[in-house]
Amino acid sequence: MNWSEEEKQIFCEVADVFEVPEGAYNFRVNGKSVGRKSTDNINIESKTDVSGLDIYIKPGTKNETVHIPVAISVTGLSEAVHNDFHIGKNADVTIIAGCGIYNCGPTDSVHNGIHRFFVEKGAKVRYIERHYGFGSGRGGKILNPTTELFMKENSEAYLELEQIKGVDSTIRRTFADLNDNAKIFAKERLMTHGRQRAESIFSISLDGSDSVADIVSRAIAQDFSMQTLKMNIDGKNKCRGHSECDAILMDNARVIAIPALNALNTSAELIHEAAIGKIAGEQLIKLMTLGLTKKEAESQIINGFLK
Amino acid sequence: MLNLVDIDYEVKRGRSKMKILDRLSLEVRPNMLTVITGPNGSGKSTLAEIIMGVKTPNCGQIYFKDDNITDKNITERAKLGIAFSFQQPVKFKGINVYDLLNVSSGELISREEASKYLKTVGLEPEKYLLREVNDKLSGGELKRIEIASVLARKAELLIFDEPEAGIDLWSFEDLTKIFKKLKTEKKTLIIISHQERILKIADQIVVLDAGNIKTQGTPKEILPRIKGEKR
Repeated sequence: MNWSEEEKQIFCEVADVFEVPEGAYNFRVNGKSVGRKSTDNINIESKTDVSGLDIYIKPGTKNETVHIPVAISVTGLSEAVHNDFHIGKNADVTIIAGCGIYNCGPTDSVHNGIHRFFVEKGAKVRYIERHYGFGSGRGGKILNPTTELFMKENSEAYLELEQIKGVDSTIRRTFADLNDNAKIFAKERLMTHGRQRAESIFSISLDGSDSVADIVSRAIAQDFSMQTLKMNIDGKNKCRGHSECDAILMDNARVIAIPALNALNTSAELIHEAAIGKIAGEQLIKLMTLGLTKKEAESQIINGFLK
Repeated sequence: MLNLVDIDYEVKRGRSKMKILDRLSLEVRPNMLTVITGPNGSGKSTLAEIIMGVKTPNCGQIYFKDDNITDKNITERAKLGIAFSFQQPVKFKGINVYDLLNVSSGELISREEASKYLKTVGLEPEKYLLREVNDKLSGGELKRIEIASVLARKAELLIFDEPEAGIDLWSFEDLTKIFKKLKTEKKTLIIISHQERILKIADQIVVLDAGNIKTQGTPKEILPRIKGEKR
């Protein structure tokens, strides 16, 4: 595959891809698929009605990986991509997605990605999604991901959602409906700086008996950036839900956390924790007593927090 | 090794000012274990924090190895070879014990070396090395990790602010062994403590009261007086 330096940087940042990966993959650059491979167990097909893919993972597939990173390296491109993942019964797979925008021009570049996961009974999916932007143009780097999960009995989903840096505006939506004994564990890492805006919305519906949700969001807002974090868990059955929102505020940034727990069943156990504040002075002092400068200490705390 | 000259420290309490340290002078000689003791509010922890640079005295001078370090910040003092163990260990989110020991060492150390520090403070490395230094750990565990992080500094002057606090499950025997071993390694120690078992292993005991030195001397000289006062 013939990638520009900027595209290589994007794929490296969002998917740790330095060369063609093993397993199934689809690389999308500037609105077009530029490389695709299916395997015996994973079939990737283009959708016919909208831009996007159907990814079929055979029942029982174990320890396989799908890479579907997206790069935009031109200014003014706006795209919507609909990818559907059909995770077969008892499959166990890792999906590495993510999108990066390089914009050195005057017009906004926008990627709206809608990923739907149909997770069959007993299946496990690990989903890694990273977003990244760079380029000195006036045009914005805008990424709006929507992740929807429909989880059947005994299925499990592990989500690692990261916005690394350079994204000017984002509205991130994560929705999940869980059947009996289904479990979702999501970790979101958000970092904003400059005058960036980020809104992250989680809405989890614990429909099934003994379903579990554990949603952790860690955010760092620097400079004049602003983040809004909305987390909603509906407990409709005997279930356990936990959401946690931790944010570090720096400079003149602002963070709004809006948690909501909606217990619709007397056996639902729902917990929310939220903490927003600047870096604790005692943490800085401790690391300075270990020989770090204040700046190095800040960086160590931020890196750890977002790890 | 360390000379404190006429250290004054006061804080504002409402409209008035309250003296925490009052023209305090103290000499700590190299390779000596000095225990600073005294009643609550006598200025012990403040003194330790002033030596580390966490607090700035209103006046007075601090000399470390003959250099005036009064204007040096915490980082500079740490790099000169002063290490500090906090009374209340600091918690982090996302920083694990191994990360902390790497920072303390000033370089990437092997897991074996990091494990060595944990074993020294009575923690099983396989259980703790990758644990986050957060509030899921007990006070005692955090305290031991705090001590391990100071040991990993390999500093010349080590200050421990009430090291025994919170380590009830870990024997004093082990804690005092660490201090004795540090002495054999030619380290200089300042320990803030009330505990007789720690006072007993001191080369020098300094008793503070109302921000100044009430008395100082060897355990033989000082311990009977302290006990007498308690009676």
